[in-house]
Amino acid sequence: MSEPLIRARGLTKTYGDFVAVDNIDFDVAKGESFGFLGPNGAGKSTTMRIIGATSVRTSGTLTILGKDPEVNGPQIRAHLGVVPQQDNLDNELTVSENIFIYGRYFGLSSSFINKKIPELLEFAQLEEKKDTKVEALSGGMKRRLTIARSLVSEPDILMLDEPTTGLDPQARHILWDRLFRLKEQGVTLLITTHYMDEAEQLCDRLIVMDRGKIMAEDSPSQLIKTYSTKEVLEVRFGSDRNQEMVDVLRPLADRIEVLPDRILLYATDGEQLLEQIAAKGIHPNTSLVRRSSLEDVFLRLTGRSLVE
Amino acid sequence: MSTNIRKVSRFGSFHVAEARIRNMIKWAGIILFAAVVNPALYLVSIGIGVGSLVDANNGVNGVSYLTFLAPALLASAAIQGSSDEVIFPVMDGFKWNRTFFGMRSTPITARQISLGVFLAAMFRTVVSVVIYWIVLYFFGALESGTAWLAMPAALLAGAAMGAVMLALAAKIENENFFFTLVGRFVMIPMFLFSGTFYPLTQMPIFLQFFGWISPLWHATELGRYLTYDYPLSGLQLSIHICVLASMIVIGLFLSARIFHKRLEK
Repeated sequence: MSEPLIRARGLTKTYGDFVAVDNIDFDVAKGESFGFLGPNGAGKSTTMRIIGATSVRTSGTLTILGKDPEVNGPQIRAHLGVVPQQDNLDNELTVSENIFIYGRYFGLSSSFINKKIPELLEFAQLEEKKDTKVEALSGGMKRRLTIARSLVSEPDILMLDEPTTGLDPQARHILWDRLFRLKEQGVTLLITTHYMDEAEQLCDRLIVMDRGKIMAEDSPSQLIKTYSTKEVLEVRFGSDRNQEMVDVLRPLADRIEVLPDRILLYATDGEQLLEQIAAKGIHPNTSLVRRSSLEDVFLRLTGRSLVE
Repeated sequence: MSTNIRKVSRFGSFHVAEARIRNMIKWAGIILFAAVVNPALYLVSIGIGVGSLVDANNGVNGVSYLTFLAPALLASAAIQGSSDEVIFPVMDGFKWNRTFFGMRSTPITARQISLGVFLAAMFRTVVSVVIYWIVLYFFGALESGTAWLAMPAALLAGAAMGAVMLALAAKIENENFFFTLVGRFVMIPMFLFSGTFYPLTQMPIFLQFFGWISPLWHATELGRYLTYDYPLSGLQLSIHICVLASMIVIGLFLSARIFHKRLEK
């Protein structure tokens, strides 16, 4: 196997007494779409900043494209495209100008950038906005521009920190489509998210993080297979009765999780389980059968939900 | 791969300055308007108003009040221009739009960002000083053949104050506190107590202290020496230059360190 693009061993970052990233190991291969899934504060963004050579690790080893970010920061950053959690576009400048100045930071020539701009604007569906000040763009457009901007240097690795947080469903789907195209072109993607659907859509492989540690690592489908059943039956009895129903339901399901507003029953066949429950004369207010998701994996691994 | 890392390591701060100057161009109308109107207002009100009184008493240092005042106003304009052009971009870059964090994820380094902001501020300062000088000239404030030398003296003041403000704006993260503090307790007192409107020696000795630590006073003394026969000893001359030069060096050195720390969490 060829040398991985990114290799981390015992990677740790502490701020005073707080351990943000706690001794984690992972490899990312070329062309792979690799995800960090976990709730806010799990250490995903810190890990991204360390990989992005803008934060110094406390201990452990890390090589990116065969180099150490502590020694070769600018050389590594020259090959990265970074989409931060918070957009940091220049609001006073136009859409094209933002791409232009960003290209200059990579030492690109004006002629190269000017050739690149129309292509990027098309990718971001911002052709008509090219002379608009960034200030006037919607959240989704700014996000797309931030991604387009990060591609001006034709990076080997594109790093996206919570790419769709704060966007409406339509804007999210447009963005996913764009990222999927990049993946098809062979760009290595590094994505952090606390949305399980996003991780399932975009990642070939992911690590589930909680409190700075890696809880599990695999492909989304394999994680679900390992840590959950095929289906989930969600039932609601009203917040007063949920707790008292748990003891009755527990023997029927493979596993049971009680959330504040509903009970999750894990089973291979959700419909069949629902029939069993009805046969016992138990009738929940509402019921829903669905496939297991990464949310269930996270719940199983940590006992908590992803979005709290 | 067209990314040119060697070019960035050499010219990175110029690329940062380029972005800043593109930003300024959006405000060019206001910047140029202020650059012309501001001196005109001062010259009419203080230069001519107060000047007619002073000149009736044989002027100051043996020259007309306008000639005495010109280097101080020029240096003060340079300080104002360079301070504005570092304070607002630093607040914007770290906090309001976080643009510095965007720059920082490219091959650009924190030191290059701080230097780039400073260079762009100096560009603005040069423009302001030249315009101010021209207005002064038309008001007849600059009579001697060496009057143009007031410009480099003023630029030195702008650079000194710009470098110090760059470090300070980066260090103090609470902008409200910063604007109140700097506006009320640094900029205005400095303008009033730096021998701007009268020789510093008119003040009791304990108030002269403000002048000694003020880049405006050092640059004004230098400017007066260069534009008319204002007497300065070789020692005084070298002290003025040394104070301003050390403010530039220390300000830029601290800025680079503070920028690095804030951009590498």
